[in-house]
Amino acid sequence: MAGSLPREQPRPVRDPGLQPERTRLAWRRTTLSCTLVAILAGRQVVQQHGPGPVVVVAGALVLLVWLAFLAAAHLRMRAMCAGRPPVLSTRTALALAGCVCALAVLGAAILL
Amino acid sequence: MILTDRLRSIGAGVRLWFTPARVREEGTTPDYRFSLANERTFLAWLRTGLALVGGGFAVDQFLPRLHDVLRVTFTVVLLVGGALCAVRAVNHWVRCERAMRRGEDLPASRFPAVLAVAVGLLAAAMVVLVAIGWTR
Repeated sequence: MAGSLPREQPRPVRDPGLQPERTRLAWRRTTLSCTLVAILAGRQVVQQHGPGPVVVVAGALVLLVWLAFLAAAHLRMRAMCAGRPPVLSTRTALALAGCVCALAVLGAAILL
Repeated sequence: MILTDRLRSIGAGVRLWFTPARVREEGTTPDYRFSLANERTFLAWLRTGLALVGGGFAVDQFLPRLHDVLRVTFTVVLLVGGALCAVRAVNHWVRCERAMRRGEDLPASRFPAVLAVAVGLLAAAMVVLVAIGWTR
C-alpha cells in the first residue's frame, strides 16, 4: 500500500480523451493548410511578369478569403474553450467550405 | 425514376444545409465528443480539398515544361476536385450529425473510394508524362 491517494476534488469535468484539444489542433492544421494555399497563390501572382488586372484582383481576394478563414477558425476555437463545447454551426461549416471553393475559383482565375 | 429520386434526395440534403434549426429539433443531442469527432472529420475533408487546390497551384508552378493543354487539364481537375471535396465535407458533416441525432447508422459513401482512385490515376498519369518527357 502506498498510502492514500489525495481525495478527488469536484473539478469541472475534463474529457480524458482530450477531444476539445484534438479538435482545436485539427482547426490549427486546417488554417495551416489554408495558409499554404494562400502562399502558393501569392507566389504565383508575384512571379508573373506584369500580372493583368484580373490576376491582381484575384490575388487580393485570396488574401481576403484567407483572413475570413482565419477569423472563422478563431471564433470556433474560442467557442471550444467552454467546458461543453457547442456543436459547430452550419453557418460556420458552410462559410469554411465556401472559402475553399472561392480559393479554387480564384486559383483558376490566377492560373488560367 | 431512380435519377429523379436521387435528385430529390440531393435537393433535400442541400435544403438541410441552410436550415440548421431543422437538424437541431430532430432526435436528441448526441454526446458532445461525438459531435467533435464529426467536426474533426469535416476538417480533415476540408484539408483534403485544400491540398487538392494547392496541388493545382503546384502543377502550374513546378511542372513548367509540361505541355500547355496537359498542364491546364491537370490544374482544372485538381481545382475542381478541391471544391468538390469542400462541398462534400459539409454535406457529409450535416448527414452524420443528423444520423447521430436520430440514432441511425452513419451514412455510407463511395466518395472516398472514387477520390482515391482519381488521385491515384492522376498521380500515375503525371509520373508517366514526366518520365517520357512529353513536354514542349
